[in-house]
Amino acid sequence: MTTLPPPSKKKLGLVIDLDTCVGCQACATSCKEWNTQSAISGPLNDEDPYGADPHGTWLNRVHSYEVGEGETGRTVHFPRSCLHCEEPACVTVCPTGASYKRAEDGIVLVNPDTCIGCKLCSWACPYGAREYDYTQGVMKKCTLCVDRIYNETFAPEDRVPACVKACPTGARHFGDLGDVDSAVSKLVASRDGYDLLPEMGYKPVNKYLAPRPKAAPVVAASAPAARPIAVPAEETGTTTARFFAWADKLLTR
Amino acid sequence: MHPAYSVIIFTCASGAGYGLLGWLALSAIRGSALERPFTLGLIAFGVAFALITAGLLASTSHLGRPERAWRAFSQWRTSWLSREGVMAVATYGVGGLYALLWLWGDVGGGWPLALLGLLTLVCVLATLWCTGMIYASLKTIRAWHHDLVAPLYVLFGVVTGRLLLNAIVAVVGSGLSTTAIWVTLLLLLTAWIAKAAYWSNIDTARRTHTAGDATGLGRFGVVRPLDPPHTRANFVMREMGYEVARRHADRLRQIAALLLFIAPALLTLLMLVASPELVILLALAAVVSAAAGVAVERWLFFAEAEHVVTLYYGRDAA
Repeated sequence: MTTLPPPSKKKLGLVIDLDTCVGCQACATSCKEWNTQSAISGPLNDEDPYGADPHGTWLNRVHSYEVGEGETGRTVHFPRSCLHCEEPACVTVCPTGASYKRAEDGIVLVNPDTCIGCKLCSWACPYGAREYDYTQGVMKKCTLCVDRIYNETFAPEDRVPACVKACPTGARHFGDLGDVDSAVSKLVASRDGYDLLPEMGYKPVNKYLAPRPKAAPVVAASAPAARPIAVPAEETGTTTARFFAWADKLLTR
Repeated sequence: MHPAYSVIIFTCASGAGYGLLGWLALSAIRGSALERPFTLGLIAFGVAFALITAGLLASTSHLGRPERAWRAFSQWRTSWLSREGVMAVATYGVGGLYALLWLWGDVGGGWPLALLGLLTLVCVLATLWCTGMIYASLKTIRAWHHDLVAPLYVLFGVVTGRLLLNAIVAVVGSGLSTTAIWVTLLLLLTAWIAKAAYWSNIDTARRTHTAGDATGLGRFGVVRPLDPPHTRANFVMREMGYEVARRHADRLRQIAALLLFIAPALLTLLMLVASPELVILLALAAVVSAAAGVAVERWLFFAEAEHVVTLYYGRDAA
């Protein structure tokens, strides 16, 4: 059912500390490793993995940004995954009910057996959290490792999402953000944790902690901003590609 | 946004088909369908349902799992895509019954036909509205989350359907009335003004979200991408980061306006003075021109739309 359940008391989610994240990609790779074998999200297929244009389904991506100028400038590593919003538009737009928000803990999931692969949920998400699996024809997203966190065959300390377990700097915290006395809630309160794009109104559960103020100014050298990677041109040689090459030439004239 | 051909074909073809069906439904309400010329009805309903069906079939090829498409009828409480599916089926039912009654029904006073015509018209307009709302409901895409998007989907269906009806009436009917020609011209003008207003609106509207908001790092200054999270474009960039047609947006808008509004309007205007044989040619030319125009317009609708997620990939504001 894509109708949202009443707000749950329990709001499981992540708190990501941008002050300590070193951008090592361990969370992203361990996420891929765990979830590709998971019955809920897996397999996370890759397309053309050893070819010219490799890409694949990942549930967690780590960006690196340059922020500010000169002495106040800094590099910030920024992990991005599903925020398990309290009012997720990705769920309500789903025509089949494959996308749903769990009433008991607020985790947003996709049922891979009923998803029709219309991709509308990925359009509705401002955070780019959902990635389409081209091989399977269904949408994939972070499950908050629902098959780890409740897994009684695991030692209690391992009952956390794979990304949290893998983080070498302790930049990722997992817990109940609906409980004001939980460790994560206290952490958010003490560090002024914030929402991404709060004005859009989806009420993300996951919180981010801003980098702390810099201790002392350093001598900065200005570097040119990296160019964003380009979307590859459509395959060359096909009739459509030749048509668009022709149209491009004609319109540029 | 990546312009998927299947979705462009779907919205253009089904839109025109629903528009045509709507005009046929209106004729019953106005009472002019009482004569019910059989050949005209057969061809017009045939074209309408063929276009609707072709479009809907094309739309399923956009799905990763088309064999599961039937599941999309279940979530009409929240999902405009699901609502559209439900309305499409309803239109088949009501519109199909109306077509059968028109073609073979023995209706004396005509009120059953008028009633079914009214229901068909409501279904047609609701389906077109749902199609528009699929896009208009997405807050993540500024150019789509706009008051004119859903009305424009309805209007373009109505206009392209009208041009189709004109051509069919010119070919197999008793010729186009002056009123029909003026109605067509008025609709073309309305659609043109509405689309021009939409274009100027999305060009001038402020981009409210910034890369600083998306990352929450705006407090430290301008946010610039340093290292991307992947070496090649991922699904998010392929689907949401499409920029190819934007370079030619202005030129393509002119082409769309010419093919979809100006040329059909001039061709329709000429019908006022043309011989019946020439009217057939003019009406068919108007259909061909508008079909090409609406395809360009729909392509632009996707290609020009910027998604908020591109803020994470180097766009300053969206």
